[in-house]
Amino acid sequence: MKHTVQMETEQGRKALVISLCGELDHHSAGKLREEIDAELEKHGFGFCILDMSGVSFMDSSGLGVILGRYRLVTEHGGTLAVRNPNKTVDRILKMSGIYSIVEVKK
Amino acid sequence: MKTNEIHINFPALSENEALARMCASSFAAQLNPTIEELSDIRTAVSEAVTNAIIHAYNSFPLPVYMDMYIEDEVLKIVIRDTGKGIENVDEAMQPFYTTVPGEERSGMGFSVMQAFMDTLEVNSVGGIGTTVVMTKKIERVLPE
Repeated sequence: MKHTVQMETEQGRKALVISLCGELDHHSAGKLREEIDAELEKHGFGFCILDMSGVSFMDSSGLGVILGRYRLVTEHGGTLAVRNPNKTVDRILKMSGIYSIVEVKK
Repeated sequence: MKTNEIHINFPALSENEALARMCASSFAAQLNPTIEELSDIRTAVSEAVTNAIIHAYNSFPLPVYMDMYIEDEVLKIVIRDTGKGIENVDEAMQPFYTTVPGEERSGMGFSVMQAFMDTLEVNSVGGIGTTVVMTKKIERVLPE
């Protein structure tokens, strides 16, 4: 699974936007987790947005990745948000109750 | 009565998760599902196959079996392994239940299968293996 990183200004705050692209399953989750964590270490844990618009498939392994990043970012005093999930990804996110703790931007 | 079936097996390697999804969606395509139905099937299969790959064989790439059937408008998918089995199936099917908390597993696999398919049945015997049976009816209303 590929990803790109850019800095954006969101509601007056500097945000690290990590855009994911491809299929997010158990196979891709391990490497992706390491790569996101490396970006967070490099750019800081302040405000991170995971842009899901390029994610064509996600199962519950993806939930594990998002929840794990949520824990990591909040442990460092930061905020995590999820942006632009497609319909199916949105359904899994809703089902998990993740939206009660992670902000979603559509 | 329209019937068809396919039987495949592959080693329990994570590389094969995408392959299993692709096989399931190709087979199901015969029933003319909507894109949303296909997506549901792919997701449910991914969950069942991932469970087998992670839990059944303690990382040994032993076979995962996938048997798929079409009977009229019903797609039946059976995913089974001959691994260590699930100690308590009812407990394993609870949302957020995971036996590997350190590995960031969400514990939502069975909940997703239940939500995305019409029926889900899980049979497991310690030391013998686990069988997951899922069905989904693909009903098409033909335009007049």
